[in-house]
Parts: sequence; C-alpha cells; structure tokens
Amino acid sequence: MEEIILKTEGLKAFYVLDVYGKQKTVKAVNDVDLAIRENEIYGIAGESGCGKTTLLKTLAAAMEPPLRIVDGRVCYHIAGADVDVSTLSQEEIRRLRLEYIAYVPQGSMSVLNPVARIKDTYRDFIESHISTQQRDEAFLLAKEHIVELGLPPKILDAYPHQLSGGMRQRVTIALATLLKPRIIIGDEPTTALDVVVQRGVVQLLKDVQRKLQNTIILVTHDMGVHANIADRIGIMYAGKIVEEGSTDKIFGDPEHPYTQYLINSLPKFGDKTPRESVPGSPPSLANLPPGCPFHPRCPHVKEICKQEMPGFTQVESNHKVACWLVGEGEHGKAA
Amino acid sequence: MEKLLEVEDLTKTFTLGSVLSRVKITAVDDISFYIKPAEIFALAGESGCGKTTTARIIMGFDHASAGTIIHGGKKEAKNEKVWFTEGIQAIFQDPFGTFNPLREVERYFFETIQNYKLAKSKQEAIARIDAKLRLVGLTYEDLAGKYPSEFSGGQLQRISIARALLTDPKLIIADEPVSMVDASLRMSIVNLFKKLRDELGVSVLYITHDLATAYYVCDRIAIMFRGDIVEMGTVEQVLMTPKHPYTQLLRASIPEADTSRRWQGEIKLSDTETDEYLRQGCRFAGRCPLVMDVCRTTTPPDVIVEGAHVSCHLYADYANS
Ligand SMILES: Nc1ncnc2c1ncn2[C@@H]1O[C@H](COP(=O)(O)OP(=O)(O)OP(=O)(O)O)[C@@H](O)[C@H]1O
Ligand SMILES: Nc1ncnc2c1ncn2[C@@H]1O[C@H](COP(=O)(O)OP(=O)(O)OP(=O)(O)O)[C@@H](O)[C@H]1O
Ligand code: SF4
Ligand SMILES: [Mg+2]
Ligand SMILES: [Mg+2]
Repeated sequence: MEEIILKTEGLKAFYVLDVYGKQKTVKAVNDVDLAIRENEIYGIAGESGCGKTTLLKTLAAAMEPPLRIVDGRVCYHIAGADVDVSTLSQEEIRRLRLEYIAYVPQGSMSVLNPVARIKDTYRDFIESHISTQQRDEAFLLAKEHIVELGLPPKILDAYPHQLSGGMRQRVTIALATLLKPRIIIGDEPTTALDVVVQRGVVQLLKDVQRKLQNTIILVTHDMGVHANIADRIGIMYAGKIVEEGSTDKIFGDPEHPYTQYLINSLPKFGDKTPRESVPGSPPSLANLPPGCPFHPRCPHVKEICKQEMPGFTQVESNHKVACWLVGEGEHGKAA
Repeated sequence: MEKLLEVEDLTKTFTLGSVLSRVKITAVDDISFYIKPAEIFALAGESGCGKTTTARIIMGFDHASAGTIIHGGKKEAKNEKVWFTEGIQAIFQDPFGTFNPLREVERYFFETIQNYKLAKSKQEAIARIDAKLRLVGLTYEDLAGKYPSEFSGGQLQRISIARALLTDPKLIIADEPVSMVDASLRMSIVNLFKKLRDELGVSVLYITHDLATAYYVCDRIAIMFRGDIVEMGTVEQVLMTPKHPYTQLLRASIPEADTSRRWQGEIKLSDTETDEYLRQGCRFAGRCPLVMDVCRTTTPPDVIVEGAHVSCHLYADYANS
C-alpha cells in the first residue's frame, strides 16, 4: 500500500459564533478520519453546505476565526515523519504552502486581486515565495505554464474583470500549480468551465500529478469529473464522511442511503424520466439531529438510527460505510 | 407563434489591451434567437463565448453594440429600461459575488419587496419571503439576521433564486445557477424550473455548462462558440445527434458519471481566446478535425439540417434545399 501523506484523526473543526450574546456552534467538520495516500487522486463529494470547503481549509491549514479545530488533529507526512499541523508556526505554514501543499480555494475571483493585472498578481506570488535569483526563471516558467493550460500569455496584461469566469479559474489553477507542490487541494477547480476546457484542465491536473507523483484532493459537485479521475472517493454528509471507497464502488455499488440518492439523482442522456433529489432539507450544522444525521431524511430509518451515530463498517478492504443498515453488529470504528 | 423574448442580430464588441496594442473583440456576433412563453431555453457553449454578455444585455445591464431585443412585444429603448425589463429576473453565476459580505442577506429581500411595492406590512413581506424560500427548500427563519459568510455556496444560490421569485417574473435569466451546487440540489433546482414552467408558465433562459441537466429539463438549446450560435434546435436534435463539429466535441467531452466510460485520448485547447475571436471564416477552423480550405476564409452559412440550425461549411449543400 502507498504511504499516507496526509491524515486526520477525530478531526472536529467548528465555527464558534456569538449571536446576540448566545454562543452558536456550527459543526462543519465533525469527527473526520482521513488517510490520504501518496500519489492518489482523492475525491470528496457531498451535499452543498455539508462542510467540504471547511474540511479543505483545515487540511490546508488555512483557517480563520471563527473557524477553529476543537478536537483531533491534522498530520502531514513530511520527510518520513508525521507533523502535527497545530504545532507549526505561521512562518512554517507559509513555507509549507510553497513546498508542500497548494490550495485552490472555491471562487477564483477572491484569489485574483481585482485591481491588479494578472502579471502583478503573479509577480507578487513569485516574490513572496521565491528567492531573488530564481525569480526571472520562475516568471518564464509561469508563462510556459499558462500556455500549457491553453491560456494566451497576453492575459498577463489583463485585469481579472476583463476575463470570463472560465479564464479566471484557469489563471488561478495555473498560479497554484506553479510551484510543484506535493499535495494539490482543489475546491471546485473546474466549476464554471465548459466541458471541453474542464477536460483540458483535468487533463493538466492529471499530467501534473503523474509527473510529480503527487497527491490531489479534489472537491467537486461534478460527479462526472470524479468518475473520470478519482481513485477513491469520500462522501460527506453533515460534517462527516459517511462512505468511502474506490471510485468504482461508489458509483457502481453505493451502500449509504445518502450516496445512493446522490448517484441516482444524476441525469443521463437519452433518459428524461423525472429524477428525484434527496427528500427533506439538509440539517442545520448548528443544531444536528441526534444519532445518524441523515435519519430525518432516510427512507430506511430504524429506531437505533435516531439515537446513536453508527461507526464505520469495513464492507471490503477498500470500502467503508457508516450506516446502521450495513454490517449489523460490527460498528466498531474501522481503521 | 407567440414569443416572449426575441433577440435579433445582437452584437457586442469590447476593446482589450493598451493604447498601443488595442484589440477589438466581438464577444457576441450577430446572434438571433427567441424564447416562447413557458419554455426553458438553454444557452450553452464554450467558457467566454459571450453567454453572460448576452444575458447582461437582455437584463439591461449593458448596451448592445448593434441589434435589437424585443420583450413582450416591446422593443428596448435606451431610456426606458424599467418597464422593458419588467417581468424579467436574474440569477447569477457566482453566489459569493451576488451578496455584499457586510449586509444581512434578508435585506436584499426587503429591498426587492420595497422596490416593487410587493407588501404593505413587514408581516406581509416576511410571509412572501418565507413562501419563496420554501420553494427552494429554505425558510425565512434559516436566513433571518444572517450574513452571506454564514452560508455555503449552494445555500446562497438557492437564496438568490428565491429572491428572483419575489416579483413573480415571466422570464428568469439563470446564468449558471447550478454550477456551485451538488447533484441532488441541481436536480431540485432544474425540477423547480420545470415546475415554474409547467404550473406558472414561467420561461427560463438557462445558461449552463451542465449539458446533462440541460438535456433533462430544456425544450430547446443554442450552442455558442466564440460569439456565434453554431447550432440551435431541440435538445433531442442538438445533444443526441449533434451536427456541428464543435457541438460534437462538446458532447464527447461531457464527463459521464460512469467509471467504465472515462475520457479517451487527449484534447487540444485553443491557442488563445482572442485569436479565435479574431479569426476569419469559421472560428472553430483552427481546431476542427474536419476543416476545409473554405472554412479558413469564409464565414459559414446558417442552414437547417434535419430541423436544427447549423452554421458550418460541411452542410453547405443544405443551403439551397
Ligand atoms: N465563516 C463562517 N461562519 C459561520 N458559518 C460558516 C462560515 N463558513 C461556512 N459556514 C457554515 O459551515 C457549513 C459548511 O460550509 P462549507 O462552505 O464548508 O460547505 P461546503 O460543503 O463547501 O458547501 P458547498 O458545496 O456549497 O461549497 C455551512 O453550513 C455554512 O453555512
Ligand atoms: N467588460 C469587459 N471588457 C472586456 N472584455 C469583456 C468584458 N466582458 C466580457 N468580455 C469578454 O467577452 C467575452 C465573452 O465573455 P462572457 O463573460 O460573456 O462569456 P461567457 O460565455 O459568459 O463565459 P463563461 O462560460 O466563462 O461564463 C470574453 O472573451 C470576455 O473576456
Ligand atoms: S444509519 Fe439509519 S438513518 Fe442513517 S443512513 Fe443508515 S439507515 Fe439511514
Ligand atoms: Mg464549498
Ligand atoms: Mg458567463
């Protein structure tokens, strides 16, 4: 088995808010154990608002108040040793962003400075990350990289607002993969791209991954993209990973009722029969139902579901599910 | 045939670059289409092909360089935007950009209610807001007193749809309304469009990259490439038997949610966006696998092939038939 490059243990990351003097806790990442392997593409899918972006922020050590880790830990595996991210200084984290982890956040506009030309954004990025001698080289590399992504070097002279949504997204991706990181974390990196350009970007991400033998953690709502490139997929619901398996398993034989709804809601060409979405509405992460958080919407709900959260059942070596329907009587936490 | 909205020969040019290296881009190049009452019409195609520009002009946010827009039998007049866009509401691509992070989300709703005089009391306003929010699976309580940062992208997108519904519009212009939400919610949003069409007779201009949902919910579709409509017809015609080589490439690039049908081979992206815009003849000629000499010099004719509009030299024979 490949080495683990990034893991979380019992990770809880909450938004702790003060609303009119009353404390409110949004449990966006609620007891997540992940073990991401070297050289894999790990996909994360799940309901809008279930905590995917929050999870990625904690993985990338890019948290800001009111978000904070209340329990558990995030570990990077660097040079043969596990490093608990919470023990690192701000400066060390800044350096890690250069050599270890690249984070492409959701919503590309937020990264590009609206009042600076693209080349100035690049220059700022390069200057803050690269030693003086290598800067010219880095700028050339940046240009090359841009061309590889199918973008004209001319866009370096443009302001973000002059570019279409698709173009901005690609510029952001170019910027983030410039420094050959070990882990690329992408939050909806191909959202808002047409399918041809999306395919080109995914192709590029895959090429980069093959060349650098690195790891990609990819959040996207486009299940077609997951089916195309992910090796494994984690399905997230209400702050928890509820199912994890090989891409084939998740698409071909999903076992968690939420995953089943998700897969069944995908429309297919040549088939216009009405498709349903998950019934009911998503739970409030500030006020979670007891037991399995999916129980108020689940068609198979049993008495125990309302009382206790099921642990993981390892249904196969590469497939685990947290649901009382699956693997009865063996709900210890699977590793 | 009754038409709710007609776009005729619409053109929009932008100027890019500095004083010395100025390039003029025709972002939208002489396009025409119409939308019928109670119809969902998709506008799809390449990123940066002019879809948002078209939508912005229809909404009256931007001026056309040439061409006309007829809405509800009335032609657009420059100084009478208000009545012209009455009955049209918009939903935009980036839910993060729709709301000011420093304003409570509900204020947008009250503002719309005030602008359109939709309620006499606060009570009535809240009831109306709550009713619209329920259509998208939320309630007034979910949103009262909250700021945009307290919602996820998907939640914000549903909130902006609910806000658009406040005025009971006849036409909703939805610019990539589902790109930020999960598959199940996508289904609930397009099912919502279907319901608005079938039960309230609302039309939707559905701008999207998600062709599977477009196939599922739309009546007709136009495929744009670099400012042109290259193919237009029913979703059945255009997506099941695409004629234009660009539509064929588009169709083949849709990632299928099926691990046994992963993308095969590599694709070539355009050299540069502006170069394709400036290209003579067919703008797809640089990447078209079936390119002929004529494609590089002459603008392709618009012809009808098996009921669909196609703009491609391959079908030149249809021009006279
Ligand atoms: N700054 C914040 N303060 C308070 N709550 C927040 C904040 N940011 C996010 N949340 C809440 O945390 C939850 C998880 O949000 P997150 O953005 O992680 O979801 P997501 O899974 O990425 O959603 P999407 O698919 O829509 O992008 C949501 O309920 C959201 O409302
Ligand atoms: N204000 C502007 N100034 C200069 N060029 C612009 C402006 N707005 C748009 N453009 C250009 O016009 C073209 C069409 O842009 P538009 O945003 O309409 O595309 P789109 O089809 O909506 O793309 P996407 O799918 O990425 O949303 C692009 O090349 C874009 O760079
Ligand atoms: S644990 Fe129970 S409620 Fe939760 S998904 Fe499984 S069957 Fe449904
Ligand atoms: Mg997110
Ligand atoms: Mg657009």
